[in-house]
Amino acid sequence: MKKLVVVGNGMAGVACVEQILKYRHDFDITIFGDETHVNYNRILLSSVLAGEKSADDIVLNDIDWYRTNGITPRFGVRITDVDSQQQTLTGSDGSVTSFDRLILATGSRALVPPIPGVDKKNVFVFRTLDDTRELLERSRPGCKAVVIGGGLLGLEAARGLQVQGCDVTVVHLANTLMERQLDSTGGMYLARKMENLGVRVLLGRQTQALLGNGRVEGLQFVSGESLDADLVVIAAGIRPNVDLGRSAGLEVGRGIVVNDHMETSHPNIFAVGECTEHRGQLFGLVAPLLEQGKVLAATITGNRGPVFSGSTPATKLKIMGVDVFSAGSTSEAEPGVEAIRYEDPSLGVYKRLLLKDNRLHGIILVGDASDDRRYSDWLKNSTDLAPHRRHLLFPPPAADAGLDVAQMPDGETVCGCLGVTKGEIIDAVHQYGICTLGQLKDRTRASTGCGSCTKLCGELLKAVAPDFEDEKQKVLCQCVPFPQEKLRDIVRSQKLKSVQEVLDIYGNGRGCEVCKPALSYIVDMVWCGDHDEDRSARFINDRVHANIQKDGTFSVVPRMRGGVTTPAELRKIADVADKYNVPMVKVTGSQRIDLLGVKKEDLPAIWSELGMPSGQAYAKGVRMVKTCVGSQFCRFGTQDSITAGVELETRLENLYTPHKFKAAVVGCPRNCAEATVKDVGLVGQDGSWQVVVGGAAGKGVRKADLLVTVETTELALEAAELFFQYYRENANYLERTYDFVERTGIEKVRRDTVYALPDVKQALLSRLRKSKDKSYDAWLERLAPRPTQFVEIKPMEAMTV
Amino acid sequence: MSWIRIAPTVDIPVREGRSVRIGTESVAIFNTGNGFLALENRCPHGGGPLADGIVGGSTVTCPLHNWRICLKSGQVERPCETESPGVRTFRTRVEDGIVMLSTDDLRAAPQAA
Repeated sequence: MKKLVVVGNGMAGVACVEQILKYRHDFDITIFGDETHVNYNRILLSSVLAGEKSADDIVLNDIDWYRTNGITPRFGVRITDVDSQQQTLTGSDGSVTSFDRLILATGSRALVPPIPGVDKKNVFVFRTLDDTRELLERSRPGCKAVVIGGGLLGLEAARGLQVQGCDVTVVHLANTLMERQLDSTGGMYLARKMENLGVRVLLGRQTQALLGNGRVEGLQFVSGESLDADLVVIAAGIRPNVDLGRSAGLEVGRGIVVNDHMETSHPNIFAVGECTEHRGQLFGLVAPLLEQGKVLAATITGNRGPVFSGSTPATKLKIMGVDVFSAGSTSEAEPGVEAIRYEDPSLGVYKRLLLKDNRLHGIILVGDASDDRRYSDWLKNSTDLAPHRRHLLFPPPAADAGLDVAQMPDGETVCGCLGVTKGEIIDAVHQYGICTLGQLKDRTRASTGCGSCTKLCGELLKAVAPDFEDEKQKVLCQCVPFPQEKLRDIVRSQKLKSVQEVLDIYGNGRGCEVCKPALSYIVDMVWCGDHDEDRSARFINDRVHANIQKDGTFSVVPRMRGGVTTPAELRKIADVADKYNVPMVKVTGSQRIDLLGVKKEDLPAIWSELGMPSGQAYAKGVRMVKTCVGSQFCRFGTQDSITAGVELETRLENLYTPHKFKAAVVGCPRNCAEATVKDVGLVGQDGSWQVVVGGAAGKGVRKADLLVTVETTELALEAAELFFQYYRENANYLERTYDFVERTGIEKVRRDTVYALPDVKQALLSRLRKSKDKSYDAWLERLAPRPTQFVEIKPMEAMTV
Repeated sequence: MSWIRIAPTVDIPVREGRSVRIGTESVAIFNTGNGFLALENRCPHGGGPLADGIVGGSTVTCPLHNWRICLKSGQVERPCETESPGVRTFRTRVEDGIVMLSTDDLRAAPQAA
């Protein structure tokens, strides 16, 4: 067996080893890494800093991978010397290792410019997992952090620190952020986005010295200005680690020089990754490094043939809500290059394409990078863009979209794997009212095989279905154009606690009646009630805790748990109705009593005199638990539905949900309280309960699905609670349980709730408890109302006519 | 121009509206965060109380059927194909922390029956 030693346990080195393992080889492989970690995804360190991912989430090869592939890992050992004559390596631990073949994958290190004071305490670079951990440890709310360098890494570090609560400034030498990837306009749009996120940007500043006595306290700029800092991150670029190449006597330029086969100037030594220089070019992005690894794997296993021919640089900024994509050339000044631009200052969108000979030459996208794939394809394939010139910056107009599919005969097969024809798809669309790709897959199985016809299916659907909905386009609204799932993520990972913060950072700053109530729900749910409540973002019902009627008056429905009341309560209700001249008193379908036609100003007094809690009849929240008489009185009752129903209502009341939430508990399968058409129903039978979910008796009627059958009342209540919290966390705002259950599938709902692992269930329940602890009877706001919450303003002076 | 004093600015929270009755006229006053704007408190569609609507920038959405009215012009922004007239607007002014309404604009009102 030949000894193959890889120096460098980073992405490029390990990816190359993965490729080598795919070939028949006779290597005994050792990997040295000076970090003590297994191979992780360095590109995602910024996501770790921003709290979106944990250190474990970014592991690429765990220790089992090394073991099962017979690779000897030597972590925490730095190779200090290569003897290319003897073919040995010396380690920082004094060990000497011989090799038959050597791969140098030493990567690069952070460039620290020679500024006086960079050795002070609390000055960091951002390169490794350890750096990231250290930054996480030092960053605190209110901490003044300065990032030197407004490139990709610097901006990502800045955002991460800001999410950790730091007050962040980015200091950049050039006058344009990411000037190697963007033009000045693109840089300006990006700077504005960063400022909107709350990151301060200082351009054209050269740092002269870091100030402070031992610990960094500030920066001094050449211009004479200065800036306070508790923490400084230097992100001024990277330099290839070439020392070992030099000590081995290899040809070294800015990097270790390799040819198209990834061979160095020594026949048994190879190099891959950021430490290499190929045709005069250095590399810092992941795609070309993986490509290099593939080529080197072929070369080193005796399959020399594939060549690495360089790459077109492409960069994507990984900051949620700040789309930046750049690829290819950025220089407009080259002869024969023409620029095509689009910009919308209020949306913060800027796009510029460079064309040369009708082929794409460079791409800059800021604020909307959704088309990056299409452009990358054009760039990579040198596509002739003459036929696309009219809509380079926009998707083709809708009128053209159906053209391709219109030319197909009905009998032509669309999905070869499942054998579905165009005609069959059209029939299905008409017969079942299909309007999403998901529904099409469910009905016809088209595109569920290899998936290569997915695009065609989408186009066909778009052309045929009257109510076509592009699934990925389902954004909450134009004010904050993200799907709700993404918004829940954003709120969670970016630690946003108020509606206005979300709108300011990720939206247009204004909001509307669609997104504001939805965001209000999301921040409340994500933070389990520990959010910053903004009443201006709530619908009027949720500001005054009553349901607005067509004449501007309100209705009042007190809570009557399980539909059980007392003579005393009924007397109070009657007295209030008399005293306030309530125009109508009505028994509702929810086993409660509605007082209709109440004036806003009278609400607090009425609640007070009723002395009953809010029934939330105005809210997207827990309405009621309807019950039948059950075993307490009914001759046929098998379970005590009233006690169980009152308990369920008590556990869930005062909480908010994506849409209204109605439940029922019945004591026998006769189902007198209609539990099978409720969001949650408990159906008692002899010795057990059936818990059913997703029922409807509204615009449509839907029989609820069976979630689980359990033997005790406590387990039935727990199953209901699990489903309730799962719905709260995963449904979109204004999505009723019956749509949610259909979209998710009852099997998945069961797997994620009643059949979930114990700790998953516990987590759901504990978040529910946390929300419940923070919740309160909204009608108690009468005791300490917000300014003018319920009143009509009386003018301070009368107008003289 | 003459003005009448209505209420301290703090009585109208940011991005909310409040109604005030002056004679027979119900006026909705909004605090957009950038100043105060006032409208007739009556949606041209179903008469809904605009003061109870959700404010987005310088528009308000009626709580009854989501008609959207521009706070500056009083014009209906949605539905856009409507030929419905807008609502009347009233000039406002803030002095010493008090929101005031233009009496000229209030008097110009064709008093609602």
